[in-house]
Amino acid sequence: MRVALFVSCLVDLFRPSAGFAAVKLLERLGAEVVVPPAQTCCGQPAYNSGDFNTARELARPLIDALGFYEHVVVPSGSCTGMLVTHYPELFKAEPLWQAKAETLAARTRELSAFLAEHGGDDFIDASFAGKVAMHDSCSARRELGVFDQPRALLAKVSGLEQVELQDAETCCGFGGTFCVKYPDISGRMVADKAEAVAASGADLLVSGDIGCLMNIAGRLKRMGSPVRVYHLAEVLAGMTDVPAIGEPEKP
Amino acid sequence: MKPTSHAFSNNAHRALHDKTLQQALAKAGVGFVDKRRAAIDGLPEFQALRQAGKRIKDHTLANLDHYLLRFEAQVQASGGQVHWAETPEQACVAVLDICRNANAKMVAKGKSMVGEEIAVNDALEAAGFEVVETDLGEYIIQIAHEPPSHIIAPAVHKTRGQIAELFEKLHHQPGLTRPLETVPQIVDEARQVLREKFLASDVGITGANFLIAETGSTVIVTNEGNGDLSATLPRVHIVLASIEKVVPNLEDAAVLLRLLARSATGQEITSYTTFFTGPRRADDPDGPEQFHVVLVDNGRSRMLGGDYHEMLRCIRCGACLNHCPVYSAVGGHAYGWVYPGPMGAVLTPLMVGLQEGRPLPNASTLCGRCEEVCPMSIPLPRMLREHRRQEFARRLTPPRARWALAAWAYFARRPELYRQASRIAIKLLNLLAGGNGRFRSMLFAQAWTAARDLPAPQGDTFMAQWKQRRKP
Repeated sequence: MRVALFVSCLVDLFRPSAGFAAVKLLERLGAEVVVPPAQTCCGQPAYNSGDFNTARELARPLIDALGFYEHVVVPSGSCTGMLVTHYPELFKAEPLWQAKAETLAARTRELSAFLAEHGGDDFIDASFAGKVAMHDSCSARRELGVFDQPRALLAKVSGLEQVELQDAETCCGFGGTFCVKYPDISGRMVADKAEAVAASGADLLVSGDIGCLMNIAGRLKRMGSPVRVYHLAEVLAGMTDVPAIGEPEKP
Repeated sequence: MKPTSHAFSNNAHRALHDKTLQQALAKAGVGFVDKRRAAIDGLPEFQALRQAGKRIKDHTLANLDHYLLRFEAQVQASGGQVHWAETPEQACVAVLDICRNANAKMVAKGKSMVGEEIAVNDALEAAGFEVVETDLGEYIIQIAHEPPSHIIAPAVHKTRGQIAELFEKLHHQPGLTRPLETVPQIVDEARQVLREKFLASDVGITGANFLIAETGSTVIVTNEGNGDLSATLPRVHIVLASIEKVVPNLEDAAVLLRLLARSATGQEITSYTTFFTGPRRADDPDGPEQFHVVLVDNGRSRMLGGDYHEMLRCIRCGACLNHCPVYSAVGGHAYGWVYPGPMGAVLTPLMVGLQEGRPLPNASTLCGRCEEVCPMSIPLPRMLREHRRQEFARRLTPPRARWALAAWAYFARRPELYRQASRIAIKLLNLLAGGNGRFRSMLFAQAWTAARDLPAPQGDTFMAQWKQRRKP
């Protein structure tokens, strides 16, 4: 099984270890992982800023770079949502490209959804002694319906106890460019989210989306909270020896 | 009402630092959300009902001309009159003419968002009529000289203490209930004051939740019964309704009523659901002598068949407001016009212009919770994005945002250059972080670092490390 990894720009730039964790997990499934070099960004910032032309200009080469692989996996709910839900909408006036976008959409999965779908009982070989809370990104939860999969995967990590967040379905306030366009409101939203994380008793917060995690980790650090923040893939791959998001490189 | 939507950022900033407002919002938000959830959990067929409701609205909107004309004919057959108003001004003129012809002095008004939209109170007062809002929430904001901050709970931004204070100041006369410490005491006082106004009013104005084409009836739901008193005690009853309120028949209205109450207040049915059909008949014990319906367009017919067509399914339940993290943080007044929250962020630019309403569609993380709870499955995030598309196309986007986007896109379109440039930037950032793993503040990133630290990158990009790893 060949799997193309669309690593997503935030993982590429800010959290490569989450990308390598994804590779490790996919390889444990027996997949041959390919990282097509023509990838940069899915175009979501342009799309959500109303610049549909730029979004299309970025979408076309990505569709061509990824569309020929049987499986495309993305360690981000938000970028998966862009490829799966929004690319076909973007090209609704261009039937040829829309068909290509739909083919890609049908082959693309968010990482935890792919792992839950293709993984057996024993492909996760990780342990963590402590409580872990899962934060669902809005796109994973609502656009893709990914909710049970990450929890089922976390249940396979030995020693790990899952806790749920209060008001878990509320957005963390990242929202791409929203967080810098409306810093007051975003700041309030992430403060509420970080309070909920702190109140959950979790030792670790995980999510499938680095955007949410940088936002919440940044707030937890500002609060002085000891909760450590990782991409879901890092915990599933047993890579919690890497410094957590926002943690100093050497303890 | 003069819109201040263009100043959303400042409005929001003030709201976030208004302690009393924050107290009121915190209390209201949780209540609405929990009650709705309980009501929907208690109705296994809710999703099927939701689909049925959507089908009814879609069908009606596809045949809107037919059902509106049918509605008009049935109103006339029951002895009432229909007045068509394309603009807010025409609607106000129609209302004023009816009031003048009836030699009215005082007008009792039930809650109507269309009334807010066309600013009918201002028009009536300017023409010398006395207007009394009879919904408790509307009465409170009327005496406070404020616009509503929520489409079903207009005074939700006020605390009990603030309301008691308002009443103390205004009703300063002997014989009224004292003290004003509990909610029942406050309600009792409003009831005493309002009862006299009902009896003294010549005209009653109500809104409409639905118009029934088959029977020419108008429907309102209330929890206070003030709508019934406004409609039946005065000599003249005027119904203000926008054109998309029409549904084919009573069965259709029943489906939508079940969705509305649960989505709005978490009730199975509101305390009062009233159907008004024509003026008083010969053998009726009570009712008005005249029955008028003012049908308001105000841009809705332009929405038909366009990018915002589905917004016309909205039944004004307020669920999208109650579940919106942005509305919950800043309240309704920050949106600067009549309709707040996600539905307001879609409607306001359509009604007051995109130039004025520009910030509202941008003030959203597109988290999708509004669409998820909308009983009419309106794709609100898609429409917010559509506003952004039009804003960008019309070059209304602030230059700084456009330049930033263009600069980023320049690199993102060139994978090889992007790879090199991003690698340099990431290494530099990592170096600047000096092993701390995060920045507490950073030049050009104050918007981020005001509320949170900025996690530093890990040292090199994934793509560069991957290339290394693949080298034999």
